[in-house]
Amino acid sequence: MFKHLLQFLTGAARYALKGGPTYYAWIAFLLCLIGYGGWGYAHQYQEGLILTGMRDQVMWGFYIGNFTFMVGVAAAAVVLVIPAYVYHWGPIYEIAIIGELLAIAAIIMCLGFVSVDVGRPDRVFHLMPIIGSPNFPRSLLSWDVMVLNMYLVLNVTIVSHMLYSAFFGRKPNANIVVPLVLLSIPAAVSIHTVTAFLYSGLAGRPYWNASILAPRFLASAFCSGPAIILILLQILRKTAGLQIKNEAIWKIAELMAYAIALNLFFLVAEVFKEFYSDTHHLIHTEYLFFGVGEARGLGLYAWTSVISTVIALVLFIVPATRKNFFTLNVGCVLLYIGVYIEKGIGLVIPGLTPDTLGEIYAYTPTAHEVQVAAGIFGMGFLAFTVMIKVAIPVALGKLVAKPDGSAPTAGADTDDAHGAHVGA
Amino acid sequence: MLTEKPETHACSCGGKTGGCAKKQETVEETAPHHGHDHGHEAAEELTDDEAARKLSMSRRNFMKHSAIVAGAATAAACSTEELEKFTAHRLREMTQPELKQLIKRLEADYKKQFKKNVEVRATPAAEGVKFGYALDLSRCIGCRRCVHACVKENNQSRPTPEGEHNNPIHWIRVLEMEKEKGIDLSDANPYYNPAEVPREGHFYMPVQCQQCENPPCVKVCPVQATWKEPDGIVVIDYEWCIGCRYCMVACPYGARRFNWAEPNLPADQLNPNTHVLGNRPRPKGVVEKCTFCIQRTREGRYPACVEICPVGARKFGNMLDPKSEIRAVLESKRVFILKEDLNTRPKFFYFFGI
Repeated sequence: MFKHLLQFLTGAARYALKGGPTYYAWIAFLLCLIGYGGWGYAHQYQEGLILTGMRDQVMWGFYIGNFTFMVGVAAAAVVLVIPAYVYHWGPIYEIAIIGELLAIAAIIMCLGFVSVDVGRPDRVFHLMPIIGSPNFPRSLLSWDVMVLNMYLVLNVTIVSHMLYSAFFGRKPNANIVVPLVLLSIPAAVSIHTVTAFLYSGLAGRPYWNASILAPRFLASAFCSGPAIILILLQILRKTAGLQIKNEAIWKIAELMAYAIALNLFFLVAEVFKEFYSDTHHLIHTEYLFFGVGEARGLGLYAWTSVISTVIALVLFIVPATRKNFFTLNVGCVLLYIGVYIEKGIGLVIPGLTPDTLGEIYAYTPTAHEVQVAAGIFGMGFLAFTVMIKVAIPVALGKLVAKPDGSAPTAGADTDDAHGAHVGA
Repeated sequence: MLTEKPETHACSCGGKTGGCAKKQETVEETAPHHGHDHGHEAAEELTDDEAARKLSMSRRNFMKHSAIVAGAATAAACSTEELEKFTAHRLREMTQPELKQLIKRLEADYKKQFKKNVEVRATPAAEGVKFGYALDLSRCIGCRRCVHACVKENNQSRPTPEGEHNNPIHWIRVLEMEKEKGIDLSDANPYYNPAEVPREGHFYMPVQCQQCENPPCVKVCPVQATWKEPDGIVVIDYEWCIGCRYCMVACPYGARRFNWAEPNLPADQLNPNTHVLGNRPRPKGVVEKCTFCIQRTREGRYPACVEICPVGARKFGNMLDPKSEIRAVLESKRVFILKEDLNTRPKFFYFFGI
């Protein structure tokens, strides 16, 4: 058992280290990003969060915004398994694996963003059961820590079992994988719901204190998550020999069109309620779209978000543009930008501006925050790249253990091969 | 009101105005250096007993200062203490001996840091006491003496002279409002000039922790580092807070403050009479707030803000004592609370005495 595990790990590691110049360049770039962000964080660890633009009036900012967005990506990635199953897209395991790996990378980034945001990283173990004192079930933040970690463990378990089996030429144990994959779907919904409740449960913050927040979170997640996956699938079928039918991609795009429409509808519902009732609470929405008084607000971002999402909706609804890979990819990028703004700074900052006593502190992230965030993105991308580099050939049966148990062998030598056909 | 306001005496944010943005740009290039005791800090990090886990951290320190050598020297001596720190309970769950030990450690730490004897008490809540506070808005003239008395009494972080990593903390925020508009937070100005008070047509409303009976901050804290004491005071365990600031997000009164940088508390301005849950010096990265001067009120004294108020606008006492001043106010005046629709049930009341 131990020998097999070692063999699996060394085989995977050896394969992960092999690649063309593009692969090495990409990895080097990511390592630079991580180093750059790590340097920034070392500085922050010593000086404190004073290096960020956050202050007592706006005490959460870019870090928590990115965290919230990434929870959405993690949730949506796995839910793709449902249509993959319903519509018989073929390599269901492979699609599931891609989704799970994206979820793992996204959770890594989530945990990274939360960790850099706390003032006492040396005490985060207080959040853990037994050695710490989680305020469970009262605090939604302790719920969030719990569900995110459970979700991470769940996905890691599923993926490692599937890949481990494939590596040794066995079929994954359906009795283990199927229930776990099924469980991961409500778990995906739950991580995002809990994250939404973390905001919507606060009576003192009217901008967030809306029942529609959780549905909105899910709708926007089903826009941004698949937008990443669509592009990933196209890259992987070119570089890793993954067989994905065009129809599958178009179907995902079609399903995304519903999610975009729903997301815009929720936005309209909120905007209507705020402007028509015209209470003091409107000021947060005004700050988002127009600014208040001398404070310019987030208008540029907010309108970019709305306009990109609307254009993406058109591109995804019209069959001709949906089936044209250029316009489809443009739509994906626009959608990603739209949701990134909406769920990041567009959610966090107006919720805190003006503050509870009416003061407007115009928060903008500092260069330092961007630097640290770049490091975390680097970490997530690196984790995803390395995992997917190994996982695809293993799942496709290209990278398997030799019968004698010595060294693993890769069918196609480098992944830069031309998508040669392989029997899965 | 915008933060883009000229002079600010009572800015409680530490990040007033364009000043912040400018500062942060320069932060990147300047070497990390500010005027606190580096030796002490380095020692703390180094001697932490999860040494393995923290190896990477202490590695980072190599670029810091030579103070690390001094830190290493004390490492061996402190290691048992540091282990205790790691395995310690929350203050609320501590047994008497554990609490005594913590206090001994804190006093020793402060002695080292400030070269001054600091007494850390842990006076518990008395039976049959529930503190309440009332503020007469007709009397308040907005002079902000309460704000400064509070800072002195409670050892808040002071502004740094060079303005670098400026993190001044005020627990009381006084808002100036127009008489014509009445109490309207969306139109309140915390950055008025206190030299000109009381201004024609304006009135003043100080806001501090409302010591809610149903405190949203306590509910949301993910690690139970903040709670309501039996005498009604909401307190924070500075040794347990992880600095996530969710409590600040949840507080409807903007009462909580975060130590964005190492607090700047000059030794000669330190108030050595402290309470472990109140005004003892705080570390970087934790949240703090008004505790009704727990170190005073549990010893039968008035909070500093009540004592200093030149117009007698502030009333304080035990709400369970029928003969107390606070009961007299509650019975003879019509009081109101802030944001009553949120069901936070503050024990901080406002009234118009005249």
